Amino acid sequence: MAKQKIDITLQIWRQENPQSQGSFQHYSLSGISTGLSFLEMLDVLNENLTLNGQEPVAFDHDCREGICGMCGAVVNGRPHGPEPGTTLCQLHMRHFKDGDHLVIEPFRARPFPIERDLVIDRGSLDQLIQAGGYVSVNTGGTPEANTIAIPRETAEQAMDAAACIGCGACVASCPNGSAMLFAGAKVSQLALLPQGHPEGRERALNMVKRMDELGFGNCGNERECEASCPKRISIRHIARLNREFIKAALFSE
Amino acid sequence: MFRRIGGRLKSNGYPEPCRRINHDPETHAHIMKLRQAILTSVGRKALMALSGVMLSLFLFAHGAGNAVAFLGSEALNSYAAKLHSLSFAVIFFECVLLAAFVLHILLGMSLFLENSQARPVRYQVERSSAQRTPGSRTMPYSGVVILIFIAVHLVNFHFTDRSIPAAELVRKVLRQPFYVFFHISAMAVLALHISHGFWSLFQSLGLSHPKYDAALKNSTLGLALLLSALFIVIPLCTLFIDEFLL
Ligand code: HEM
Ligand code: FES
Repeated sequence: MAKQKIDITLQIWRQENPQSQGSFQHYSLSGISTGLSFLEMLDVLNENLTLNGQEPVAFDHDCREGICGMCGAVVNGRPHGPEPGTTLCQLHMRHFKDGDHLVIEPFRARPFPIERDLVIDRGSLDQLIQAGGYVSVNTGGTPEANTIAIPRETAEQAMDAAACIGCGACVASCPNGSAMLFAGAKVSQLALLPQGHPEGRERALNMVKRMDELGFGNCGNERECEASCPKRISIRHIARLNREFIKAALFSE
Repeated sequence: MFRRIGGRLKSNGYPEPCRRINHDPETHAHIMKLRQAILTSVGRKALMALSGVMLSLFLFAHGAGNAVAFLGSEALNSYAAKLHSLSFAVIFFECVLLAAFVLHILLGMSLFLENSQARPVRYQVERSSAQRTPGSRTMPYSGVVILIFIAVHLVNFHFTDRSIPAAELVRKVLRQPFYVFFHISAMAVLALHISHGFWSLFQSLGLSHPKYDAALKNSTLGLALLLSALFIVIPLCTLFIDEFLL
């Protein structure tokens, strides 16, 4: 049976504020229960630091149940850590071994400036949404069920795309710092459903344009985003964004 | 449609037209001109893919043409002479090909330069998932190797004494062991470039789908191997078989 308590060493990016020069600091923790989540492990570290009169490590978190998209850091080169399909808050210490050395860095990309330590500003993703990731038709009250028939498969796919929690791991993992998986998911969830159609063309054009303006890189179809997405969003949604964009560029009025 | 999804009805019985809540001109830019759309990341990738298709088609035609060498020197010479007698068509296709190359290279460079700025501070630990492939990692670098190869290749076969019969020219160039080594290495790099490129272009054009993704991946690999094998076997034969193309 695996050990219930493990000793680990941490190498964490510490940076006072957006302007300052950050650096890695080393810490060691002993007797970490493997039942703790990764963020709880950081809580333990911060408790120790505070008791020693040191500044705790700043990191983002909110729901701690993998649905809000606030948490996230790169652990040993992988956004949200080594387990596929998991947010950092849902990653548990049982996935690590006694004596492991963990290098913890913030998500890095030009449009994600570091606020402090592991906390980054993901406002660029909000700005991307503001460029078209919504519907502005007034859909009124709840319509009668089944007035618009949507095939189950289509609904499922729209749901898969809508599972995006906007954590930014796709950008963090992309060798080119591209936000195409995020944009693809946002365009897809609307492109698949009737409510999204009226503004579909504008949406694809405007979101891609804004994405470029915000300083994200270009998609090279490396598929790294798909592998690090905690919601396992498929690059088929990037293909759909490309399709929507090309159709819009060629045929819109 | 609006009525069905809950739009209010106007007094005349028609649904109200779609009204935007957000009138902010910045977030609601007007529909892009095609020229603007082409210059976006997705637009340039689509052109990258289209020029890639043209280059791949050329590779097929070129490979098939070269395969005539296996029918002997006379067949190759008369094929080459026939081709050159179609001077207008040849010049036309050369221009199209040159345009595709220039486009592919310039766009590739612009994408590469932008991408290299998208993460100013690099990660301490860089660990890829298994998703990146040797081909996808190296696209810009393999591209440059192909470019160098093409320059050398053109000097050897195009900007040279064209009065020499094709078969003789091939023997003159491809019986130099060092050159053959360079040629074969470059063709291996071409295979690497295509091993990502052919799959990738479908994704860039929005044509890929999980249903045939596996088939596309396999045919990409097959295509890369087939094309490079075609371009590798001829230099090998010329170098090692004394009577080849004699
Ligand atoms: C016969 C030769 C060539 C063929 C058949 C070819 C084919 C392709 C194809 C099909 C793609 C994929 C496009 C996409 O992802 O949509 C590609 C990408 C690329 N090619 Fe080429 N190519 C050739 C030569 C070159 C040369 C000479 C260069 C540059 C010097 C180059 C640079 C690139 C780059 C940088 C990319 C990646 C673009 C990106 O994803 O950001 N290629 N190529
Ligand atoms: S804290 Fe909400 S997803 Fe991790």
